[in-house]
Amino acid sequence: MTQATADERRTDGDRDTVLYEQMLFIRRFLEKVDVLYRQGQMHGPAHLGLGQEAIAVGAASVLRPDDYSIGTYRGHAHALARGAPPEAVLAELLGREGGICGGKGGSMHITSVEHGYYGSYAIVGAHLPIAVGLAWASRIKKTGQVTICFFGDGAVNIGAFHEAVNLAALWALPIVFVCENNQYMEYSPISSMIPVERPAASRASAYGLEPLVVDGNDVSAVAELVGAAVDKARDGGGPALIEADTYRLKGHSAADAGAYRPAEEVEQARTQEPLLRQRAALVSAGTDEQDLIRLETRIAIAVSGLADRVLAAPKPDPATVWTDVWADGGSRWRN
Amino acid sequence: MAELTYRNAVLAALAQEMERDERVVLLGEDITSGGVFKTTVGLVDRFGAHRVWDTPISEQAIVGAAMGAAMAGLRPVAEVMFSDFYAVCWDQVVNEIAKTRYMTGGQVTLPLVLRGANGFGSLGFGSQHGQSVENWAMCVPGLKIASPATPVEMVGLLAAAIRDEDPVLVFEHKALYGVKQPAPEGEQFIPLGQARVAREGTDVTLVGLSITVGMCERAAAVLADTGISAEVIDLRTLVPLDAQAVLGSVGKTGRLVVVEENPGQLGWGAAIAALAAEEAFDDLRAPVIRVSGGNVPWPVARELEAVVDVSPERIAWAVQTLMKHAAAPPRQH
Ligand SMILES: Cc1ncc(C[n+]2csc(CCOP(=O)(O)OP(=O)(O)O)c2C)c(N)n1
Ligand SMILES: [Mg+2]
Repeated sequence: MTQATADERRTDGDRDTVLYEQMLFIRRFLEKVDVLYRQGQMHGPAHLGLGQEAIAVGAASVLRPDDYSIGTYRGHAHALARGAPPEAVLAELLGREGGICGGKGGSMHITSVEHGYYGSYAIVGAHLPIAVGLAWASRIKKTGQVTICFFGDGAVNIGAFHEAVNLAALWALPIVFVCENNQYMEYSPISSMIPVERPAASRASAYGLEPLVVDGNDVSAVAELVGAAVDKARDGGGPALIEADTYRLKGHSAADAGAYRPAEEVEQARTQEPLLRQRAALVSAGTDEQDLIRLETRIAIAVSGLADRVLAAPKPDPATVWTDVWADGGSRWRN
Repeated sequence: MAELTYRNAVLAALAQEMERDERVVLLGEDITSGGVFKTTVGLVDRFGAHRVWDTPISEQAIVGAAMGAAMAGLRPVAEVMFSDFYAVCWDQVVNEIAKTRYMTGGQVTLPLVLRGANGFGSLGFGSQHGQSVENWAMCVPGLKIASPATPVEMVGLLAAAIRDEDPVLVFEHKALYGVKQPAPEGEQFIPLGQARVAREGTDVTLVGLSITVGMCERAAAVLADTGISAEVIDLRTLVPLDAQAVLGSVGKTGRLVVVEENPGQLGWGAAIAALAAEEAFDDLRAPVIRVSGGNVPWPVARELEAVVDVSPERIAWAVQTLMKHAAAPPRQH
C-alpha cells in the first residue's frame, strides 16, 4: 500500500480512487482477520476497526512519510494506512515468523516505526502523553514533523488524556489528536459516560482549543479537516483536537457479538459506512463501475492469497523470546 | 581541595552530559528554578530554554513525553520530584517504557532517564514523601535501576544512565543531598552493573544500596572494634545486578547480611537473599539475614521513625546475632 503524500498530489478523481482502494484493502483485511479469529487461528484478542477505515486512511493521506502517528489496540488500519507491510502485520496476528513485532506484540501492539507508525497501545489513554513526547521532540529539533494521535471516545475520561492535551496546548506542539468516536467504550454507549455533549469536542475549550468535529465516515472530509490541522501544526500553529464520528460495525473485539446495541442502530450505521459512501461518490463522479468491480476483485484475491501465504509460514523460533528487552538485543538482568 | 555534595553531583552529571550531547534535554516541575532539591540550578541559563522545560503537575505527561521524545531520538531526563509520585505515573513506567521495545520486536529504543528524590532517612517526610521504592521497579523486566550511595557515585552513575540506550531509573536519596566528598577531577562515568567493594573484610558480607551503604560502613567500623571483619558491597545498580560480586564476597566470608531501606515484606533484599540461597548455599556458614525498613506505612515523629528506620546499630546487632552461628565448624572446600 502506498500513501498519497502532499507533494504527490493527484487529480481529485485519482485521489478519491486511491482512498477507496486503501479503505477497501483494510476492510477486506480486517474481515479476513475476523474469520481467522473465529476459525481459532489467532492467539489472543482481536479488536477490529471495521467501519472506521475512513479515519485511518483519510488522516494518513495528508501526512509526510516522516510524520509520526500512534494509536490504540484497534490499530491495524492505522499501521496499514501508513504503509506497514500487510504480510508482516498478518504474520504478527497469526503468530508466524516474520511478524512485524516478532510475535511479542500481537494484535494489540502492531507497530511499524519504519512507516512512521509508532505503535499501538492497550492501556486506554496511555499513548497520548507519548504522542506529546514525539511532537515535543519535533519542536526541539525543528524538523517540521507532525504527530497524529488516534484514540477512542472512551479515552477522554482518563487522566492521561487531560494531562497530554493540556501539555500539548501549553507548549504549542505540532500534534493533532484525533478521537475516533465510535459511540461505544467496550459495551457502554459513550453518551452514558460523559456529563457533556461530546467526548472530545466538548472538552476542547478547556485547553484553549477549537471544538472540531468531522464526519469520520467521509474519507474526503477527514482528509480535509485533518489536513488543515496538520498544516497549521506544521506551521507552528499548535495542536488540534478533532472528534471524528464513526461507528464500529462489529463488537468491541472479535469475541464480542455486540448484542447490547439496538438492531436498528446497527442497521442504520450499515447504510452510513465509509466504503459504501466512497463508492457511491466515485460512481456519481463518473467512475466506471466496471473498473471498481475489477479493483474489488483484485483486492479480494490479494487478501486471500496473503492469508494463505501467512498461514503456511513457520512459527517463530522459541529462542527469540529472550531478545529485544535491552538495546544490546538481549534480556540479561544480572551477571 | 574542592568539595562536591551529592546534590551538586546530580547537577554536575546533568551538566557534563548536556555539554557532551545536545540530545540530552530535561523536563520536570519547577526545574528551571533549580528544582525542589536544587539539583538543576543554573542549567537553563547555561543550556537554554530549548533544553530545560518546566512542566505542569502532570507526572503521566512528564514521563510519557520523555518516552515519546526518546523514541524520536532525544535523550530526555525527566525529574519525578519525589519517587512516591511514581505511583501516579506507574502505568507509563511499567506498561509503556519498560515494555515497548520488547513488544515492538525491538523497533524502538528508549534512551531515557527518570530521576528524583527517594528514600526515608528519618527526615520527617512520612508516608507519602518518604518511601524508598527501588524495589517497585525491580520486579519489572525492562527497567534499569541505579541508586548511588555517594557524590562520586552519583556523578558517574547518572552519567552512565544518561548515556545508556535503555530506560534507567536513578534514585537520589534525599537524606544524602548534603553529603560531601572531595570533588573528582575530569569526566565521570561508572558503568551500570558493576558493584563496588566499599570496605574489605573476611567474616561477613554486608550488601547495601544508596543510604544503607554508609550505614553498613559505620556498622563495619563498630564491628571491627569487636574483632569482626565485615566486607561492605555497594550494589550501585539493582538492574543490571552484579550478582557475581555478591556471590564472590559470600564465597570469601560465608555470611551475608542484606541491608535495604524499604519495608522488608517484599524488598530487593529478598532477591539477593534468594540468590545466595540458590547459588551460594555451600559457601554459607549461617543463615542469610535481612535488615530492612519496618513493615508499616512510614511515620513522622522522630521516636516513631527511629523504630522503623535502618541504622548502623541495627546492622551491627544483626551481624552479632549472625556470628553466633560461627560456632558451626568452618565449611570444608
Ligand atoms: C486503563 C484501561 N482501562 C480499561 C481498559 C479495558 N478496555 C479496553 S478497551 C476499552 C474501551 C475503550 O473504548 P474507546 O476508548 O472508546 O475505544 P474503542 O475500543 O471504542 O476503540 C476498555 C474499557 C484498558 N485497556 N485500559
Ligand atoms: Mg469507542
